[in-house]
Amino acid sequence: MSDATDFLYPFIEADERDAGSLLTDLAHSARAKQQASAELRRTTLERSADAIELVAIAITERLQRGGRLFMFGNGGSSTDAASLAALFIHPPWGQPQPARNLVADSAVLTALGNDVGFDLVFSRQLIAHADQRDVAIGLSTSGNSRNLLHAFSDAAARGLLTIGIAGYSGGEMASSPNVQHCLIVDADSVHRIQETQAAIGFALWNAVQACLPLIDRSEHGARR
Amino acid sequence: MADFGEPLAVAALSLARRFADGATLWCTAPEWPEHARHVAVEFVHPVLVGKRAFPAVSLDSSDPATALRSLVRSGDVVLAISPGDSLPTAAVMRRARAWGATTVWMGAGSRPAVRAADHIVWIDEDTGQVADEIATPAAYDGRLVLLYHVLWELTHVCFEHPGLLEVRAETDCGDDVCMTCSDEGRIGEVISADHHGRARVRTAAGIETIDTTIVPTLVPGDLVLIHAGAAISEVP
Repeated sequence: MSDATDFLYPFIEADERDAGSLLTDLAHSARAKQQASAELRRTTLERSADAIELVAIAITERLQRGGRLFMFGNGGSSTDAASLAALFIHPPWGQPQPARNLVADSAVLTALGNDVGFDLVFSRQLIAHADQRDVAIGLSTSGNSRNLLHAFSDAAARGLLTIGIAGYSGGEMASSPNVQHCLIVDADSVHRIQETQAAIGFALWNAVQACLPLIDRSEHGARR
Repeated sequence: MADFGEPLAVAALSLARRFADGATLWCTAPEWPEHARHVAVEFVHPVLVGKRAFPAVSLDSSDPATALRSLVRSGDVVLAISPGDSLPTAAVMRRARAWGATTVWMGAGSRPAVRAADHIVWIDEDTGQVADEIATPAAYDGRLVLLYHVLWELTHVCFEHPGLLEVRAETDCGDDVCMTCSDEGRIGEVISADHHGRARVRTAAGIETIDTTIVPTLVPGDLVLIHAGAAISEVP
């Protein structure tokens, strides 16, 4: 694309060429990350398939007993928890199920953070709302968030079903006796972990939707 | 696998240039508010220690155009994460041009119109994949999260090339030109209009008074195409 008049605009041409090569690099990087994310999602879902099925059955049993789901997390994980709660409450198909996102109310969150400390913002809400029929689902990329560990501790003490979704090697959530089921995304990039945590949440929701009619049928059968 | 690499690269460079120029990134997701919050927190509080924090704000509203009208300044960026058939998002993307903002529309499933935003970065669902009942599984299964994660990552890469950030952003006018003389046409949003053929309008350049003789029935909020100090047509 060289032109006889290029010499008149050396800097513009240089800038354009540089931006072009940067854009090529950026697009290449985007594709590489897209492939890495897809691969991590695929391998994690394959490896976690049995665990997801087991957890879905346990969640469905709680829902059938009138239980509700409480989701929580910090930062980006809080938004992934909110997405998961929204999926249960406003499902694109199937039956809506009661699910709450514990970061939704800024008045409650700031009251607790200010008065008792941020470590307790989730556990205090579970103490106020939850009982042994309910389910606590916490998302943390590190698996070490203090406020999640406190929440799981109080949730377990109250008889809730406790489910953790964590990254890296699961952190303290993986070994905590208060987390009955810990689904782990074995990776070390926070972003790739969050993407696959969302995929686990979606798979879990799908699995619960698949379980619900089965349990409905068996209940009807028992009544007859 | 559908490829969003190129449009995402162009959007990231545009966003980085706007940030370098002092822009705020306004994030809206009327149908999926949690996605707007997620992308804003990525920019404000980077996951990688030492990475620069950028001013990004998530706005929870089913009517983002009304919510953003007073907040957005010329030179800012409005990012929507929303289905392609979203009416509130289409409205805010159209108006953002009159406010002088660059627009980015991210989503999955059926796409918006080609010129609905300056940058459209999309995940095209593979038909027959995953759950057939859901139009946009990508909005739930992490692929939409990936899209804005990579936008964040690429924007930071652009800041490693400061020389390229000084280039002024591209013009956003598209093909909004006067049909008669092929001269520039600019989008304006009507602030107030009188019965004497005058209106105050907001454009990328600021607030100005224009002649409305050709388009006499304007009301506040209407979008108009402005040429040579006069409204020459209403923009639907």
